[in-house]
Amino acid sequence: MIEIDGVRKSFGRLEVLRGIDLDVAEHEVVCLIGASGSGKSTLLRCVNLLEPVDAGQIVVGGDEITARGVDVNALRRRIGIVFQAYNLFPHMSVIRNVTLGPRKALGLSRRQAEAEADELLRRFGLADKRDDYPDRLSGGQQQRVAVVRALAMRPDVMLLDEVTSALDPELVAEVLNVIRELAAGGMTMLIATHEMGFARDIASRVCFLDAGVILEQGPPARIFSTPQEPRTRQFLDRIIEAGRL
Amino acid sequence: MVYAVTHSPGWPEVEAAFFDWGAYRDSFPAISRAFLLNVKIFLIAEAFILVFALLLAVLRSLPGPVFFPIRALSIAYADFFRGVPTILVIALLGFGAPALAIDGIPTSTTFWGIVSLVLIYTAYVSEVYRAGIESVHPSQEAAARSLGLTRSQALGWVVLPQAVRRVIPPLLNDFIGLQKDTALVGILGSVEAFKQSQIEVAADFNFTHYLVAATLFVAITIPLARFTDWLVARDRRRRQAGALA
Ligand SMILES: Nc1ncnc2c1ncn2[C@@H]1O[C@H](COP(=O)(O)OP(=O)(O)O)[C@@H](O)[C@H]1O
Ligand SMILES: [Mg+2]
Repeated sequence: MIEIDGVRKSFGRLEVLRGIDLDVAEHEVVCLIGASGSGKSTLLRCVNLLEPVDAGQIVVGGDEITARGVDVNALRRRIGIVFQAYNLFPHMSVIRNVTLGPRKALGLSRRQAEAEADELLRRFGLADKRDDYPDRLSGGQQQRVAVVRALAMRPDVMLLDEVTSALDPELVAEVLNVIRELAAGGMTMLIATHEMGFARDIASRVCFLDAGVILEQGPPARIFSTPQEPRTRQFLDRIIEAGRL
Repeated sequence: MVYAVTHSPGWPEVEAAFFDWGAYRDSFPAISRAFLLNVKIFLIAEAFILVFALLLAVLRSLPGPVFFPIRALSIAYADFFRGVPTILVIALLGFGAPALAIDGIPTSTTFWGIVSLVLIYTAYVSEVYRAGIESVHPSQEAAARSLGLTRSQALGWVVLPQAVRRVIPPLLNDFIGLQKDTALVGILGSVEAFKQSQIEVAADFNFTHYLVAATLFVAITIPLARFTDWLVARDRRRRQAGALA
């Protein structure tokens, strides 16, 4: 579903991605772990073409999205992304946040877009928040709305960038449960996360990103119990010390 | 302070020349009628300014080297018309343009007065809009683009609505400035409130007539200020109360 091949990306003289190769099959859930600044967000933003790549190619659903002259708007509709900071539109109610994409980018009528959005909001326990503005919602609710907003575009793939990092600890579970439900429903996902317990539960595969390369990857059971690379071991030890595994 | 003024040796003469209640009442109807022209100039000019200034601000925010000439032109425009004194633009256009006597070019001084005000205030108001556009965090545009919206859809539905809401108070300041500057059109001979009071003063050398014009300008500023307060408060209420969309 996603094929990333030799992707490189620099900001000025800082080379953030130094040749990333990564395939995500349909229905697969791949978790990206790695220290802050290792390039997880940048990789996800490249897959959504929010950042142009310097070299390499990315293929999503058979189409090379890094080719010249592709219709980026059409491609982005098939790839949902949820950001760490929610990024809801503060001047719009929940229902308008969720229906903006379907109405403007997919050309759905207001009635149809709202019917689909209401269905999704119900499914994720947000039906009563329909007409609220984002600043009235808790962080967990805002992030669930952000997930629903991305889902409303009926994407083939979801990219999640540390979607629980900005949340108070007691609100993390409700968002993780939403993602578990998506995984159970067969959604293909590429997830950057600091929640190792969650990654172990949900991932088909875990990739350890270090200084712009994928240093090690494999099934979560192996990565978390018997990491091969010293750097991976170091990273996991620090996480364990911090009490997050 | 008030005491020092009202008990100064020259006060009786000043009182007679500037605060003559009889003169005030006599000229009030004529100056009020003339003031309608100020209101008309204001309303017409403002409608064009709000649209042109937004266009100019958007042109100035176009990214990339392709749009450099457009950006440079709009910057030059804003710099020029913020630098030239309003009264000079009005005099140059108001006396100059009709004097050309070109067929099809309006000769109405009021028309050229309005054109001058639009040219100048478009420069000011575009700066206000631009500050608003820049105050909207780039992650908002990223969120909109990630839903597959085009650049202009993201601008129109996500960036500009937030930008405009934030600049309503400074926008009102420029409204008030414009309302006052409509008096400058009087130098072209258009009989607006200031010109009318000049006529009255010339007839009886009583300066109270200027006071009539001053009261009228203040009287229209107050509702304008209260209207903005109301807009700002309504927006805040709406976003905090939810469920009222
Ligand atoms: N737009 C940008 N401009 C310059 N540097 C950036 C930009 N985005 C990210 N970086 C830098 O790239 C590196 C990787 O960042 P990021 O992908 O956010 O890492 P992670 O998500 O793994 O914490 C960091 O050093 C960060 O400062
Ligand atoms: Mg990140």
